[in-house]
Amino acid sequence: MPVERREDGALGWCEIAERLLAEPASEATHREAERYREILSVEHVILWQMLSQANQGGPPPRIQVRRNPQARSARGSQGVALSGTTIPAMTAYEFTDGATAIVRGALDAGCDFFAGYPITPASQILMMMMAELPKVGGIAMQGEDEIASIGMCIGATMAGARSMTATSGPGISLYSENIGMAIMGEVPLVIVDVQRLGPSTGGATTAAQGDVQFVRWGTGGGYPIIALAPSTIAECYTLTMKAFDLSERFRCPVFLLTDKELNLTRNTVATDAYVEVPVRERELTGEGAPYRFGGDAAPMELYGAGVVRFTGSSHDEEAIISKDPAVVGRLNRHLRDKIMSHREEIELMQIDRDPEATTLFVSYGITAGAMRDAVAMARVKGAHVSSVTVQSLWPIPETGLRSAFESIGRIVVGELNPGLYLREIERIAEDREVLGLNRIDGELISPVQFLEFLP
Amino acid sequence: MTVDTYRNDSAYPFCPGCGHGSILDALNEALLMQQINPAKLVIVSDIGCSGLSDQYFGTSAFHGLHGRSLTYATGIKLARPDLHVVVIMGDGGTGIGGAHLLNAARRNIGLTLLVFNNMNYGMTGGQHSTTTPFGSITSTTPGGNLEHPLDICATVGVNGAAYVYRGTNFDKDLPERIVEGMQTPGFAVLDIWDLCTAYFVPNNTFGKRSLIAAQEELGLPAGVLYQREADEYAAAYRSAAERLRNDRPRKTRALVPELTSSLDRTVNLMVAGSAGGKVRSAAKMIAEAAIRSNLYAAQRDDYPITVKTGHSVSQVVLSPHPIDFPGMDEPDVLVILSSEGLRKAARYLGGMKGSVFVVPEFAGVETGGTVTVLDPKSGPGRVAKSELALAVLAGAVVHERLLEVEALRKAVGAYPAFAEKNLAAIEAGLAMAGVS
Repeated sequence: MPVERREDGALGWCEIAERLLAEPASEATHREAERYREILSVEHVILWQMLSQANQGGPPPRIQVRRNPQARSARGSQGVALSGTTIPAMTAYEFTDGATAIVRGALDAGCDFFAGYPITPASQILMMMMAELPKVGGIAMQGEDEIASIGMCIGATMAGARSMTATSGPGISLYSENIGMAIMGEVPLVIVDVQRLGPSTGGATTAAQGDVQFVRWGTGGGYPIIALAPSTIAECYTLTMKAFDLSERFRCPVFLLTDKELNLTRNTVATDAYVEVPVRERELTGEGAPYRFGGDAAPMELYGAGVVRFTGSSHDEEAIISKDPAVVGRLNRHLRDKIMSHREEIELMQIDRDPEATTLFVSYGITAGAMRDAVAMARVKGAHVSSVTVQSLWPIPETGLRSAFESIGRIVVGELNPGLYLREIERIAEDREVLGLNRIDGELISPVQFLEFLP
Repeated sequence: MTVDTYRNDSAYPFCPGCGHGSILDALNEALLMQQINPAKLVIVSDIGCSGLSDQYFGTSAFHGLHGRSLTYATGIKLARPDLHVVVIMGDGGTGIGGAHLLNAARRNIGLTLLVFNNMNYGMTGGQHSTTTPFGSITSTTPGGNLEHPLDICATVGVNGAAYVYRGTNFDKDLPERIVEGMQTPGFAVLDIWDLCTAYFVPNNTFGKRSLIAAQEELGLPAGVLYQREADEYAAAYRSAAERLRNDRPRKTRALVPELTSSLDRTVNLMVAGSAGGKVRSAAKMIAEAAIRSNLYAAQRDDYPITVKTGHSVSQVVLSPHPIDFPGMDEPDVLVILSSEGLRKAARYLGGMKGSVFVVPEFAGVETGGTVTVLDPKSGPGRVAKSELALAVLAGAVVHERLLEVEALRKAVGAYPAFAEKNLAAIEAGLAMAGVS
């Protein structure tokens, strides 16, 4: 099929799609052409490369889109993956922020109870939940303090609600005792930490990622917690839903770790970029012990459905306080194993691998965006670099990271803190060089700072 | 089916002579008088000797952290208003959980609180508590307590509790009073004094007679002290929420990129002005105009906690590509609207290579960039202070050929309440920039 080029060397997409449709080389090509027709309706695409390959019966072609000439790898959050290239495929966009996406994710996850205390930069979530939950038959409370707020959430969950709270670092300090109790009492609960610069009251309207170890070790005992970190607004939505699902799956509190910039900075998000994930229903038992030690978390019993006991003290499977070493040992091993023996269900990261790269960037949250920008800029210049965006900060995606470290000699960990996640990477990196890219002055790490690590 | 006891088979663990067991017996009697379904009753307790109580009942129970029982109980009651929730706290809980006590009263939430008030911390070694009488000897007041006891009843009474009673574990009518509390819609508090025979009694040669006498001596009278009819919170919330049920859920505006832009590179735009100058909403209009022009936009705001004073700076990134990094190392286009804005933007001025747009006041600003003065007086009409940000921004972005005028008009046209003023601002900006 000879194809004539226009003067500028480009072809209109309509022409190409129509030709492909009229004379499909294969069913696959036909499908591709259908997709182009659908997807490219808002785009101008230069397709001659694609055409020539399609004509030669080659593999699915790479296409270039004016909107995304750097041909970044598909990440799924801002566009759809097609033949190795990200094409913004949507016809409508929102100019929105992470707080809005978190609230939307919570509502879509079936959250029907929220309690929180005002704190910058998390208050927007509180205010939106106060406004939205009554409309869907839920309940939102502004507690007298953070302690009351998380306490109300725990009580409400035990009475059948699906609960969420949101705060910032200083609030996590006050949540500490109840985080421990939610772990001990096996209470599903989503805790949003919109990080701000610390220590102490620090900088209220200043981004930071200083709570990454705090949420991990912020309550006594050192038991595992789950913490997810979105790095885009659309991911704020998806990972909020995921957090609810994991909290039900493992009967435990789950953190969603964001920061001031992700929560409040507005960005352009395609209306169909919000990826829903299934959120399981709470497993309930009509009778029997409220706890089961060993194996998965037990189905829950809720107040009102039967006689139900709950305690934050060391207890047996009937929730009767116990000091019997055999019972207490089994309880505490259970709190650890129910999560850690299923860590593969939780571990989440995105790798963008260049097979020739010997340098790997690792980041998470707001800083991961700058990292991915840096990777795109480096590749335009012909440099080789890979990157990992860590989404499940806890448990650490060790399997994925180990695989990402293969053939890598140098790892750069970018984060807005003095190097808190770096130590986790060092532990897995064995004898590789691990360098920290850190800012603790309230400013964001910029792509240029990542690029300084490349030769 | 009649319930003949709410107790289980376990014997109480309390010290000989301790009053806690008799209060629990009174609770059992009160429950029997009401014949409440054990599954519809939650006993919420926390820490201290009184916190052991729930284990001796065959009802639902929640045993939580010290002083926090009212918070868990509030969550339970809000989620399931049909349940009876009885909260058991020691006098210690009224100290560490004082804020919760006050706010449960203010809300008048439908809980029945029994304070097992033995005037010291029995579980941890007899330390003084918020209710230890002045002068009493405890393990932490060896020379006599220098603090005055909390008047629990007056505190919750003046702050909105629906039912308030003070008595002792020796009161014969305690079960009836507990029933009264449980039957009162709203927050019921029973401050029940009893003896800690392990610590307070031996340290202070105290007994039943002195316990009863102490109430009069301290001016803390016994009896039903407050009884009022007021809306119970969980019910009030539901009826208030019912009125919002038909309100439309919040929805973010969908922007369709029906226009195009010739912008083929990422441009960092910074606008620096003062709080109250609508800097952020003007920046938002520019961003939305960009999205309507098939570009991507991000907006990062910087402002002090005191939102009505000081600077207001917005950074807007405009790009033909998705924006993964919403910040900027330095602006390509800087708009300075006020001296507060100038102070925040000052650090960028020297290194700037792009365009700086200023109002006439700052015409002499020193910068490596190209300065363009936009004079609000150069337009056909007067530009209101509240419209200055949008006017100057519009002039700047059109002057820089970042966006088409049509996109700006479409962006502000989407907000009918402000459209007229905003359209006028855009026209004024175009006139100022000489691009109309």
